[in-house]
Amino acid sequence: MKKKLYDIAHCRAGDKGNTSILSLIAYRDEDYAVLCREVTAEAVKRHLAHIINGKVTRHEVPNVGALQFVCEQSLGGGVTTSLAMDAHGKSFSYALLEMEIEV
Amino acid sequence: MPRKKTGTLRIGSGAGFAGDRLEPAVILAERGELQYLGLECLAERTIALAQLRKLKEPAEGYDVLVARRMELLLPVIKRKGVRLITNMGAANPVAAADLIVEIAKRRKLDIKVAAVTGDDVLKLMRPTDRVLETGETLSAYKWLVSANAYLGVDALLPALATGADIVITGRVADPSLFLAPAAYEFGWQPDDLERMARGTVMGHLLECAGQITGGYCADPGRKDIPDFAHIGFPYADVDRDGNCIIGKPVDTGGTINLITAKEQLLYEVTDPRAYVTPDITADFTTVQLRQAGANRVAVSGATGKPRSPTLKVSIGYHAGYVGEGEISYAGANALQRAQLAGEVVRARLKDVFTEMRVDYIGSTSLHGKSYDEAARPYEVRLRVAARATTREKAALVGEEVEALWTNGPGGGGGARKYVHEQVGVISGFIAREKIRSEVTVREWRREKETV
Repeated sequence: MKKKLYDIAHCRAGDKGNTSILSLIAYRDEDYAVLCREVTAEAVKRHLAHIINGKVTRHEVPNVGALQFVCEQSLGGGVTTSLAMDAHGKSFSYALLEMEIEV
Repeated sequence: MPRKKTGTLRIGSGAGFAGDRLEPAVILAERGELQYLGLECLAERTIALAQLRKLKEPAEGYDVLVARRMELLLPVIKRKGVRLITNMGAANPVAAADLIVEIAKRRKLDIKVAAVTGDDVLKLMRPTDRVLETGETLSAYKWLVSANAYLGVDALLPALATGADIVITGRVADPSLFLAPAAYEFGWQPDDLERMARGTVMGHLLECAGQITGGYCADPGRKDIPDFAHIGFPYADVDRDGNCIIGKPVDTGGTINLITAKEQLLYEVTDPRAYVTPDITADFTTVQLRQAGANRVAVSGATGKPRSPTLKVSIGYHAGYVGEGEISYAGANALQRAQLAGEVVRARLKDVFTEMRVDYIGSTSLHGKSYDEAARPYEVRLRVAARATTREKAALVGEEVEALWTNGPGGGGGARKYVHEQVGVISGFIAREKIRSEVTVREWRREKETV
């Protein structure tokens, strides 16, 4: 069955220079394994192709049931010089949560 | 000498960014039963902007809200015996200390302020130094505005030891503002890796204030936050081993639970196994979070590796000007008319700007595409932005968008135009031993009144 990430996880976006950092956190501990299986670095890069221009690194953080995606070259040159309205990429969390996965 | 406390220490967080709300810090100080209150007010580019103000007026360069925040907080922290630590000194901590003493004097409040300097390393940077983000050398940047090293706890301890009511700094790593009072009171040493790591986790959870009590989190029907209009700011009850419970004053809005705590724990962390500060390299994958009652989350664990021999330096450079223009379209074919408007502005400005951004607000402006293709917006706002080397050239963007009133598609309204001066921020590193932090004390006492 297909589900949106929004249905099983929450997300917060952070920024460092030109890097967007997306924390994807399972609401229920038992869904963490599904996130690990379905939400690979490649899948995130593909889903956010309009946003991410660089490498995506995925860190597993099992103690809080979370995946941390570090997305390079994603903020239009950096928070301080980007021409984008959302220069910090604070809304990117909700772009990730639009992703559909198989559960 | 530190007091070597045995009980717990309560440290509050009264601001998470320069423009943060004023009132929650007053509520925390008034009824939070705090020993310390930290105010984190210095984002990456805030200090560069402050440096620009200092260049124009040497007695300025501190956070623009120092006076407003202190007018509200001084009477409360003096009455309640709360010590305040803040990076609102920005590019000029000593001038900020002078201003605070002036405010206290006018209010007839005894005050002692310790200003920490030494983070300004602009004179120590060399054109051959490498830029972390791009790999270029600094010589690629024509107009450097500021360079500030992230200071840590070791720079704050001597200031706390003066007994000052207020410690005011420039660039300090955000978690260090909250770790410092714990390290001071409990006598933690730099090589006490577990306690420094745990204290850093505590500081990281507090540093964005409302972001752990429901701010940047609420989502109706999914992540509901009670009494959201009046969210309280958090405090940590820290024990001598660095474990803590995050809480907030009773009768404040918001919530502290595992959802808010997990989101904040991972916020802006580029490597959960190596969170680097001037004090420690902490491993966040060893942190345990537990709900310990209503609006209380217990934080334990956390391990660390010794602090790095280098300090990160945040470097500000002048990045020219950005011009912006906006105009709205509504009703049938709104998106298509906005797109036509975007195309004609692009065509009219193509010889002036090499880099231009055209956004359709209400449709694809935030993510470059719509993730809900079926949604048809009733109204769309066109936004055009471009960078220029002069203010005059940047202004052309807004002028051309405004001209859509009479030279664009039908029904265009609500045009606005802006020009912003831009300061860019890049990073480098500096050897720890090159930094000499200093403490400058400013104080005022009431004269003894004769009866």
